[in-house]
Amino acid sequence: MTALLEVDGLTKTFAAGGPPWRRRFVHALTEVSFALEAGRTLGVVGESGSGKSTLGRCLLALSTPDAGSIRFDGADLGSLSRSGLADFRRRVQPVFQDPYASLDPRWSVGRSVREALDVFRIGSTLDREQRVRELFDRVGLNPELAERMPRQLSGGQRQRVGIAAALATEPQLIVADEPVSALDVSVQAQILNLFRDLQRDLGVAAVFITHDLSVVEHISHDIAVMHLGRLVEFGRASEVLARPQHPYTRSLLAAVPPAIPTRTHPHN
Amino acid sequence: MISQSITATAIVLAKSAPRRRHRLPVTTTVGVALLALLILAAIAAPLLSGHNPETVETARVMGAPNALHPFGSDVLGRDVLSRVLFGLRVSLLVALSSVAVATLIAVPLGLIAGYFGGWLDSLISRSLDMLLVLPALLLAITLIAIVGPGSTVAALAIAIIYLPILARVMRTSTLVVSRQEYVLGSRSRGASAWRILSSHVAPNAIGPVIVQASVLSGFALQLEAALSFLGLGTQPPTPSLGGMLADGRDVLTQAPWVEIYPGLAIALAVVAFSLLGDGLRRALDPTGVAS
Amino acid sequence: MTASLALDGLSVGFPTGALGDPRIVSAVDGVSFTVASGEIFGLVGESGCGKSTLANAIMGLLPTSTIITGSARVHDAEVIGLSDAALRQMRGNTAAMVFQDASTSLDPTWPVGDQIAETIRAHQSVTRSEAKEKALALMTEVGLTDPSERYGDAPHRLSGGMRQRIVIAAALANNPKLLIADEPTTALDVTLQAQILQLIDRLRVAHNTAVLLITHDLGVIAQVCDRVGVMYAGQLVEVAPVAELFANPRHPYTRALLAARPGAQSGAERLAVIPGQVPDLSEEIAGCRFASRCPRRIDACAVTPARVSLGDSEVACWNLPTGGTE
Ligand SMILES: Nc1ncnc2c1ncn2[C@@H]1O[C@H](COP(=O)(O)OP(=O)(O)OP(=O)(O)O)[C@@H](O)[C@H]1O
Ligand SMILES: Nc1ncnc2c1ncn2[C@@H]1O[C@H](COP(=O)(O)OP(=O)(O)OP(=O)(O)O)[C@@H](O)[C@H]1O
Ligand SMILES: [Mg+2]
Ligand SMILES: [Mg+2]
Repeated sequence: MTALLEVDGLTKTFAAGGPPWRRRFVHALTEVSFALEAGRTLGVVGESGSGKSTLGRCLLALSTPDAGSIRFDGADLGSLSRSGLADFRRRVQPVFQDPYASLDPRWSVGRSVREALDVFRIGSTLDREQRVRELFDRVGLNPELAERMPRQLSGGQRQRVGIAAALATEPQLIVADEPVSALDVSVQAQILNLFRDLQRDLGVAAVFITHDLSVVEHISHDIAVMHLGRLVEFGRASEVLARPQHPYTRSLLAAVPPAIPTRTHPHN
Repeated sequence: MISQSITATAIVLAKSAPRRRHRLPVTTTVGVALLALLILAAIAAPLLSGHNPETVETARVMGAPNALHPFGSDVLGRDVLSRVLFGLRVSLLVALSSVAVATLIAVPLGLIAGYFGGWLDSLISRSLDMLLVLPALLLAITLIAIVGPGSTVAALAIAIIYLPILARVMRTSTLVVSRQEYVLGSRSRGASAWRILSSHVAPNAIGPVIVQASVLSGFALQLEAALSFLGLGTQPPTPSLGGMLADGRDVLTQAPWVEIYPGLAIALAVVAFSLLGDGLRRALDPTGVAS
Repeated sequence: MTASLALDGLSVGFPTGALGDPRIVSAVDGVSFTVASGEIFGLVGESGCGKSTLANAIMGLLPTSTIITGSARVHDAEVIGLSDAALRQMRGNTAAMVFQDASTSLDPTWPVGDQIAETIRAHQSVTRSEAKEKALALMTEVGLTDPSERYGDAPHRLSGGMRQRIVIAAALANNPKLLIADEPTTALDVTLQAQILQLIDRLRVAHNTAVLLITHDLGVIAQVCDRVGVMYAGQLVEVAPVAELFANPRHPYTRALLAARPGAQSGAERLAVIPGQVPDLSEEIAGCRFASRCPRRIDACAVTPARVSLGDSEVACWNLPTGGTE
């Protein structure tokens, strides 16, 4: 089985402030390589600032790496033609971290979900409206909400709108950056189940960026651990969780907070 | 003064996620009403004045205000009220059209520079910076020296002066909006640059430019008056507020009304524009937390 | 023990709907609780249940068209209906808030360090360099490595988690008497989260700060809170000391919420969810708002349940389960 996504030697450096003669650099990604097969979920975990979002943006072709290559379905992202890129955009969809910034404040949320359908001229106007309703239903939102503006929805509701928008073109790969960190546990569970269903029904693969190990545990086949821009650990989820090799992975596993109260309470 | 208003508009933009709608404060209502009144007066000048602003009446040289000539007459015996009304007409026309032209050019330039960045940005920003470093009045005077005086040239000169300011505001707000995740999302959903610019970036980034444009309209009116005062703008005998100030200066003690009324008209218009700008700033700052 | 924050029957309605069909979204409905000085009060509840709306109402940040009734007192001063100027004085000084939307509450064109320093200078009489010093110290406290290098960065140059920590640093800058933190650690991993929670706890101890901590993360609640309020569809359904809530959840919704934790069901193929949907808050809802999804629904639920005290906890339910397990 050939991989759907192959990442090889990905490197990205940002010039970060400082005067030109003493320029400081942030090595957001250093020689990151991995492969993902169709229909599988890769959980990417790592410390804040370790380069997870930067990796996500490169995978979405929103940011050009300084070195290294990304191949999607055999085609190198760096050398895609115009139509090749359009095809890529249709097959790879994003879900972002910030439910407040990921929807245009001047668009109704239904219009945001419909955007990709409009861009690719999929179906008639009526079909698109119908599809938007289906998508709202699919992510557990009342289709009536489609006419609301983003500010009229709560954070969790907006995040579900973002996921509905990503599903519109029936993509093969979803790159999700912290898609559930803004959600409460019950909605989080719904969304994680949704990701599983999508995987089962549509065979959609996912790169799932998160800082939450318990989330990764539930939906990932593979786990990648990032630390200071490097991929320090990669493998089957069960392996990595059972026998963490890198100190950061170990510390993450060790620091999982207990589910029962631990503090002594002055007011009790 | 100008750079200050640029940072102020940038802060307005920072809170661009609409959450809070304000009831407009009284000052804004006053500003809007005042401006509407001035514009109406200017449009209806021929109906309101009852005199030809260019008719010389030697018998009434420097005549004091009376029932027939409520604002008095000037050194050539022309009716000051009708000259103020017609002058206002020219001044407003020059101010609004110059700012409108500048805005129409600045918005696409700022959008392109801010969204695409790179060499396009450098090219546009550097060229505009060159305009910005030249003193405004000097620029206008040079242009007029080349082309010759007149209100069209004055309008053009003012447009050139304000173009870089407006383009810079548009560029900054475009920069901010283009980094929002919904723009990234739209890009990765395959939308073309044109589509993203016209449907996401421009509507969300235009607010500060509108605020700036309304404030600049007030300055443009002053600038037009200054040019006409120097004899470089609207040419006599066509009445203009700046020209009237020049006429009145010599007879300030004998016939103060010749000076006072056009001065008052300029002041009112400037105040109206700045109140409007202030109100727009509030209206477009949806969170209301910025202040 | 003085109440630093006291809510009494606070309700918030957003006018919405079309011209011919005006409706009111009842986002918060009759919520009452108090937070004492030096206490950390956790607020949990399903997405959309009105937690942020409640916080924004206290800070006076809702649109003027919003219908707010009831009372919210911060240090014995009523804040509902306060003038803009008075609210500004309160915000960032007596009461500070960490917004859920970290990136939009930062000015995208300003260096992040200056934004913290500005907050300090707005409420304390310090020199520019003292403010900078303090800002740098705060940046270290929230766990940003090399803060002096980061001080001049614009927000977009930071990662999501770094931005969130900048917002926290700014909120803590003036040692507020009341801190409202709306999902302050969503973008942070467990280690950093623990660090931030410790920081908030230190503030509480040092300045006797009252903290209203809004989160969907029950792990966070378990770690730092003294008492917890559980909200459902705009109503407060249960208030209990934290140990009591976890050991003895009373309200059926609280039980369902605890059962849905991913950590509580490791190994499960599918995560347990609460079946059904949150009711449409723009419709008139008679009785208990959880009834349509409740496994213990009885006829009495058609009437809004009264809040009853059971030991240290208060619950609003007609058909409380007996005993700790079900
Ligand atoms: N546009 C940029 N300019 C300069 N530096 C940047 C830029 N984008 C990211 N960085 C830097 O790159 C590093 C990695 O950032 P990234 O957003 O990928 O982290 P992350 O792993 O997603 O963190 P988090 O969990 O906090 O979201 C950080 O140090 C960040 O400051
Ligand atoms: N301006 C508004 N107009 C209409 N409805 C609104 C408005 N703001 C919020 N709402 C509605 O009020 C309810 C409560 O929203 P709120 O943001 O307070 O939820 P929340 O508990 O903070 O959720 P989350 O955990 O997802 O952030 C939601 O159903 C939302 O759709
Ligand atoms: Mg990130
Ligand atoms: Mg919220």
